[in-house]
Amino acid sequence: MGTRALRAVSFPLVSETTGPRRALDSRDPRLYQIGALSALLGYGMTALSFDVTPARAALLLGSALATQYACTRIWRLPSFEPKSALISGLSLCLLLRTNDASLAVGAAALAVGSKFLLRWNGKHVFNPTTFGLAAVILATRRAWVSPGQWGAPAFFGFLVACLGGLVVLRAARADVTLAFLGGYAGLLLARSAWLGEPLAIPLHRLQSGALLLFSFFMISDPKTTPDTREGRILFGLLVAFGAAFVQFRLFRPSGPIWALFALSPLTPLLDRILPGRRYDWAFPKGVSDETRASVPGLLPVALRGEPSGPPVLRVLRGEGRREAL
Amino acid sequence: MAKGDARLFNRASQVVLVRDGDRTVMTLANDFRGDPKEFAVVVPVPTFLTRGQIHAGERSLVEHLDAYTAPRLVEYFDPDPCQAAAYLKDAISMQAVTVSAEAPLASPARAKSLGVTIEAQYTVGEYDILILSAKESDGLETWLRENGYRIPSGASRVLDGYVKQKMRFFVAKVNLQEKARLGFSYLRPLQVAYESPKFMLPIRLGMANADGPQELFVYALTRRGRVETTNYRTVRLPSDQEIPLYVKEQFGDFYKALFSEQVRRERMESVFLEYAWDMGWCDPCAADPLAREELKALGVFWLDDPADARRGGGSNAFVTRLHVRYNEAHFPEDLVFQETADRQNFQGRYVLRHPFTGDLSCEAGERYRNDVARRHEQEAQNLATLTGWSLGMVRSKMKLDPPPDSKKWWERIWGK
Repeated sequence: MGTRALRAVSFPLVSETTGPRRALDSRDPRLYQIGALSALLGYGMTALSFDVTPARAALLLGSALATQYACTRIWRLPSFEPKSALISGLSLCLLLRTNDASLAVGAAALAVGSKFLLRWNGKHVFNPTTFGLAAVILATRRAWVSPGQWGAPAFFGFLVACLGGLVVLRAARADVTLAFLGGYAGLLLARSAWLGEPLAIPLHRLQSGALLLFSFFMISDPKTTPDTREGRILFGLLVAFGAAFVQFRLFRPSGPIWALFALSPLTPLLDRILPGRRYDWAFPKGVSDETRASVPGLLPVALRGEPSGPPVLRVLRGEGRREAL
Repeated sequence: MAKGDARLFNRASQVVLVRDGDRTVMTLANDFRGDPKEFAVVVPVPTFLTRGQIHAGERSLVEHLDAYTAPRLVEYFDPDPCQAAAYLKDAISMQAVTVSAEAPLASPARAKSLGVTIEAQYTVGEYDILILSAKESDGLETWLRENGYRIPSGASRVLDGYVKQKMRFFVAKVNLQEKARLGFSYLRPLQVAYESPKFMLPIRLGMANADGPQELFVYALTRRGRVETTNYRTVRLPSDQEIPLYVKEQFGDFYKALFSEQVRRERMESVFLEYAWDMGWCDPCAADPLAREELKALGVFWLDDPADARRGGGSNAFVTRLHVRYNEAHFPEDLVFQETADRQNFQGRYVLRHPFTGDLSCEAGERYRNDVARRHEQEAQNLATLTGWSLGMVRSKMKLDPPPDSKKWWERIWGK
């Protein structure tokens, strides 16, 4: 495990070497994500009185950043990169509910820590928030998610969709979101049609802030979804089936989160079957030849970061698959 | 004495849900006042029920649980400001109560041709119980109608979903001979125990025949903590506010108006949390906590588990009181619940503060008089905000002088 982890971590060097210069690059979709999640949290804490106090939010964010910092030191990364940890912390503020402050700290640490520890083929396996939530809930049963906390006002759904859409489009990963939402909506509508339920029922289920948050901010995580468009669409559909299974066969709440948690280990498999170019936060729309040449160290590290197959060929093949977006 | 009348909410149903793991014990209380011949309930249940899984319980248990969890008024008496120290006098409970039920009688035979199977037939206490399954909803609706159940016209549309999910139908009516023999003057609550991952309450059937919004109280008893709905927002009823003393005489009206106003603000889209507390205690108590035997009778089945018995102090039952006003437009789907690990206490609690009425002829007394005036104004505003009552009406009932700032600014320039 240890050797794999160390070797695999070479990949983040690609996006994070040039840290300071690009820290405020407006092309980084994570800045939009942080803004959107902060706005949602503010709205939730004020208008919707979420069960999260300012102190708890500070604790979650602090723990996530501290873990990121510690891991940066342990793995000797060249610079401290707070954005991704901040996103995990904000997502946990929106989702994790517990009376126990130590569990909040644990969830944040596990979420961020999982990025460094649970890696396969140079990518982390789980969306950090999903992993932190699932681990704490399964291990202690003293934490929970309140999927009903958002209510279903249409304007709110609209707001989340807009903000989320922005993030996804910037991250060029709308395909996985659309595949999931389309698949899940299709399953809900089909089930209701089969049961003879009025249309109001599936629509009410779809008008859920929790569902939109999941679709636009969690499953869309480009670092943990398959590298190719085909892979991502397949993955989105699988998670949709999983979510419906949890919801309507097991009769457990928060189906999407559990489905994503259970199916994330499939991502390496999908990447093996459908190999493609690895995502880089710094280049959401793909890496152009000019940028490639202008970023020192990118190519050599990319070569090191690919453990299987002839690396040069790999990069070139990735280039050929560049998306339209 | 300001005791809220028990019959505050019309058309209200009360359901006690005891839940741990996949096990559920559901108690359906009813306050049916008509001819017992006319009483019938049809409840979709997730599994087949044997005779031993059905029971006629005690109405007093549900009444006690209602009283224990009801929103409460607490009174404080200000100390002599020229001396010091405040104390609690007593808590007055406020209760909300039920109605439930609809139609009359039954028999088999034609059942088969309609695709309806009478899976079992029991007499439990004063009730005749049928467990039905059906191949299709039209057949079930016809069967129910032919057997004297006054099923609303929209019912088969709603029944359809339950039929396809292979749910059973628990149908109960009153056995008049048994009722006479047992000698109860009222109908006892029906209790059913079943094992199913579904933690939900079917409300859609009840809405099919409703001519207005319905009122429902759910009392959940769990081992771990608070219960909430997963497909609707659960919000806390506003609590812990100081309100004018006169409310003591009309606490029932206050609670009704408060609830209606909160429903309006949430656009009738939310379920309200009115109480969440460890069953072991209360502060202040609207009624004593339920005794161990009462909890067992309501279905709290884990009290004798050795693992729980060892836990000293608080009890192993956590009670959640949810209150919802719903109609089909705003609550299209059945209520789905989850148990959380939240053991924080919450209660609907409203505070009356009696000012000190003795001699105030000291320096502190003068300041106190001003504080009380300010406080009264605040109380009036709290009450108006909570209930939607007009501030002017509240003020006049409190016999308050109009506040100085109610004059227009120009009126203050030249006097009057």
